[in-house]
Amino acid sequence: MRIPLSWLREFAQVPADATAEDVMADLVKVGFEEEEVHRPTDELTGPVVVGQVLSLVKEPQTNGKTINWCQVRVVPEGQEQTLTGKGIDPSGVQGIICGAHNFVEGDKVVVTLPGAVLPGNFQISARKTYGHLSAGMIASVRELGIGDDHDGILVLSRIGLDPEIGVDAMELLGLYDQAAEINVTPDRGYAFSIRGVAREYAHATGTSFVDPASKVSAPATLQGGYGVKLNDDAPIYGKPGCDRFVARTVRGVDASRPTPPWMAARLRLAGVRSISLPVDISNYVMLELGQPNHCYDLDKLAGDIVVRRAVAGEKITTLDDKERTLDVEDLLITDDSGAIGIAGVMGGAHTEVSDSTTNILVEAAHFDEVSIARSRRRHKLPSEASKRFERGVDWHVANIAAQRVVDLLVELAGGTADEAGTDVGTAPDPVTIELPAEFATARIGIDFTEEQITTSLVDLGATVEKTSSGYVVTAPSWRSDLETKEDLSEEIARLVGYDNIPATLPVAPPGRGLSRSQQQKRRVVQALADAGLTEVLSYPFVSKASNDTFGVATEGEARPALKLANPISEENGFLRTSILPGLIEVARRNHSRGFRDLALYEAGSVFLPGEKLGTDSIPPLGVKPADEVLDALYDGVPHQPLHIAAVLTGHDSPAAATHAPRAWDWADALDVARLMADVLGVELVVSQGSHQAFHPGRAAQLALRSGDVVGYAGELHPKLLAAHDMPARSVALEVNVEALFEAAADVIVAKHISGFPVATQDVALVVPQDVPADQVLSALRGGAGELLEDVALFDVYAGPGIDEGKKSLAFGLRFRADDRTLTADEASGARAAAVAVAAERFGAVQR
Amino acid sequence: MTDTLPGAAIPNPLDEAAITAAVEDAIAAIAAASSLEELKAVRLAHTGEKSPLSLANREIGGLAKEHKAAAGKLMGSSRGRVNQALAARTQVLEAENDARILVEETVDVTAGPRRRRAGARHPLSTLQDRVSDIFVGMGWEIAEGPEVESEWFNFDALNFKPDHPAREMQDTFFVEPPEAHLLMRTHTSPVQVRSMLEREVPIYVLCPGKVFRTDELDATHTPVFHQFEGLAIDKNLSMADLRGTLEHFARQMFGDEASIRLRPNYFPFTEPSAELDIWHPGAKGGPRWIEWGGCGMVNPNVLRAAGIDPDIYSGFAFGMGIERTLMFRNEVGDMRDMIEGDVRFSEHFGMEI
Repeated sequence: MRIPLSWLREFAQVPADATAEDVMADLVKVGFEEEEVHRPTDELTGPVVVGQVLSLVKEPQTNGKTINWCQVRVVPEGQEQTLTGKGIDPSGVQGIICGAHNFVEGDKVVVTLPGAVLPGNFQISARKTYGHLSAGMIASVRELGIGDDHDGILVLSRIGLDPEIGVDAMELLGLYDQAAEINVTPDRGYAFSIRGVAREYAHATGTSFVDPASKVSAPATLQGGYGVKLNDDAPIYGKPGCDRFVARTVRGVDASRPTPPWMAARLRLAGVRSISLPVDISNYVMLELGQPNHCYDLDKLAGDIVVRRAVAGEKITTLDDKERTLDVEDLLITDDSGAIGIAGVMGGAHTEVSDSTTNILVEAAHFDEVSIARSRRRHKLPSEASKRFERGVDWHVANIAAQRVVDLLVELAGGTADEAGTDVGTAPDPVTIELPAEFATARIGIDFTEEQITTSLVDLGATVEKTSSGYVVTAPSWRSDLETKEDLSEEIARLVGYDNIPATLPVAPPGRGLSRSQQQKRRVVQALADAGLTEVLSYPFVSKASNDTFGVATEGEARPALKLANPISEENGFLRTSILPGLIEVARRNHSRGFRDLALYEAGSVFLPGEKLGTDSIPPLGVKPADEVLDALYDGVPHQPLHIAAVLTGHDSPAAATHAPRAWDWADALDVARLMADVLGVELVVSQGSHQAFHPGRAAQLALRSGDVVGYAGELHPKLLAAHDMPARSVALEVNVEALFEAAADVIVAKHISGFPVATQDVALVVPQDVPADQVLSALRGGAGELLEDVALFDVYAGPGIDEGKKSLAFGLRFRADDRTLTADEASGARAAAVAVAAERFGAVQR
Repeated sequence: MTDTLPGAAIPNPLDEAAITAAVEDAIAAIAAASSLEELKAVRLAHTGEKSPLSLANREIGGLAKEHKAAAGKLMGSSRGRVNQALAARTQVLEAENDARILVEETVDVTAGPRRRRAGARHPLSTLQDRVSDIFVGMGWEIAEGPEVESEWFNFDALNFKPDHPAREMQDTFFVEPPEAHLLMRTHTSPVQVRSMLEREVPIYVLCPGKVFRTDELDATHTPVFHQFEGLAIDKNLSMADLRGTLEHFARQMFGDEASIRLRPNYFPFTEPSAELDIWHPGAKGGPRWIEWGGCGMVNPNVLRAAGIDPDIYSGFAFGMGIERTLMFRNEVGDMRDMIEGDVRFSEHFGMEI
């Protein structure tokens, strides 16, 4: 909301020298955020004066144009020019070249004299042009920054002005005024008006306030006016769509009269375009009193006005000349011809006032917030009217606003008001709230006096009745947001000032610290950074193709994913089922920026919808839902486990004079996955894996002891890397770490440490090429029995000496007993037992 | 004695002068040895089997019985002197040798390679941890909730009326189909409701996490960002407790000089509501108040939605943006730097914030 200061001053005690900034600084204290300052003089500085064209000589030019060589009087005849400066003629008459032709000798115009600066930093000076010294400019509204019309210069008589020569034209056009723009929160519809803001300014500064509504004398009752019926047969939530409709008639207006400059200036500063006198008056009253209203061309109305819901398929052409199909929930203003307006949102084109309109019907009505909000949303028609109705308009101001429109039409457009008028509808019951005496003090923490409480509430416009236990407060009619004692406590605190709230630090009961899974997450995320990886973040929005490739191991296998109804880009309209697509994109971006050696990781949620998706309905607010309703809400929320993924590309370290870095390979990806499991104390079972995003021969499937697959690690598929502009041999992994968290033991049971010597034995086994080393190792471990302390693969060999299709795997076995030194025979026996199992399972032959 | 060197005279083990001369020869040679290799040659020449002293020693066996003792004594002490000299010289040369090797092994440490990668945390995640730690230190607990959330938790339970403009101002991503009433949470506030439903009062929780709004990415907006939300529910909590908590937190984050300001505002889930500003003495362009977040006393309708009696309990809540905090605390000028995943951004911070 933009507040022209001159307007605010009519009703509030704003110091004469206060700037828009000062006003905003005051309003912020009562809860209006500062937005912007609008000040024409920031762009336009004088001297800009009224001049009269004494003579005008048309001089055709060689380029085909005709220019006017004008003598313009800028000081009243007989008086001296008091301005000095380069280009100011002491005679009081300026010679000026002008290219426009919409004026004649004798016209009074706006002259920007040398030294003036116009919007766009256009500096006015005396300069030689078309063979003359042109000392100034005769200005158009566009050049002055007060309108779009650039067809010609501004002739003051045409906007109803006949000022003295030489007067300050900026003053005349209201250009010294300035506006403070503030942000109005959605609960405070009343502040979308000068009326509301003036009251708030008074609260903020502790000064007095005159209610603009009190300056209008409207008849207490209206009768015999235009026929209006309120026929809402389908109220929303039981509230009638229209509970008041005031209609007034003004006849014999001249709608073509210009809008007076003071009004045009205020509308402009308030951000509203001047359209025509009746429309400007209508807007002016809306801005002043907060009551949206409408002017109909009375002669275009047919029969009584009926306010009703639309019928299916009904259409209307709105003021913006668009035909709209209406919904049965839309509230309409209709006459015998059909819809003439979507109530509270936008009027119809057919009954619009025009320059030839002579008789006007003024509407000022009160509509239900929800009904207006829905129509506005449905038709995507945010208007100044709907903005106010949605947030609540004062029921009691409708007849006053209508009167104000009538008064202005009579005054400015020369009409005559009918005595008769229409006022139908039922006033809502006033809202009364019980406020216990100590409630505000307890809630705010300020020890409020009785005086502070009552004064604050009365200042708001409420009436306060003291009772034995506190107060009964009747909320002002324009504050539909005040419903509860909590609301009142905010108002009291706001008016007394939030700065007066003391600070006390409450002590929480003994806490439990981070939960186990929170600690686990921190440990894993930190371990990866400690291991040299860099944490990054990516968006969870991905394409369907990405989910189909990364989110499921087997190509073509479907895994459901969540789709956004209103994504930022249609292409990435799905929520990720894998972190890798986003992470690969981040890797690619870094790579393209010249970073070749990368080890990136991200920890984040993936979205895995199950069979249940959401709930058909949601429970109402302000009540705890029944257990089964809550359970349904919980169950409808898709599974969103925490995943960690990493992408490694290039080398493990930067190359240096004495250092040849190692290229990352599939084993590094596996190592990162193992590191995560290790820091959590979880055993990861690695097996040859198959995942469409990975190299078919270089992917490891990662599982828990239970057999649950928790992720994959290895080299990314060469085709996929090429498609993503990524270097060949880039490796990656992704693990459902939440599954690891759950698999971690709560308590780790200590192991006995034997002090007896170790016996080591090596064994080389020849097995078929396709037997995984890990499985041979498991066989050895299984066969060796309790004496085996550790077994490790230390060599893989295939070539001369080994049959084609076979390989030799060399393992080191460490044996130790808890209670004695092992003999060579015992160790050899255990080794033989181990080899026997490997031989049995894989046909392993000792080399 | 056929294996004596031709021409080498075998000294008489009783000839003290000759033996002493041989010893002196040996000691001189030992002293002259300048390396362990030379010393080895000297050792062989003067203590080896064919050295004069060894040969003389061997002569003792052939001496008359009465001379044996004297010869033995002479030879023993003479050979002892030589061995002592040898040992001493060996120690010296070994020490010299060791020192030389160390000198020879000198490298230019300034040309050393960096073999180990320095990893880094994303500052948004480090900052989230830092904030959490401050509250955990105050006895609060950390609560979490899902990013795709039921509309009820995100709006209705937080007292957003179905047709109220405040609901639309949240620029919500909805999940298809709309009839399922699922959305991407627009704030961390649904975790308030989940916490109240899942925990026993009194409740003191902090809820950090990712939130989503349909804003295009630019220097100051991003569709995905992070917030942290505080919630305290207890008997007799007032706005003074809210201010005290926020002031304490601000000082932990920004130092003892930090101060805060509350301004009236509106949120459906708090009443009274306030905007929270923090005084930033080091702000670019001079000290000023910076908008940090929103807060207020929990609206009784929110308590009711979670089955908590607002006549017995009251509470306060607050929420701040982590990106915003990082932007003014660490002078990050452009939101995109936090989002794009450029390694330079994370690596500049390392593990710290």
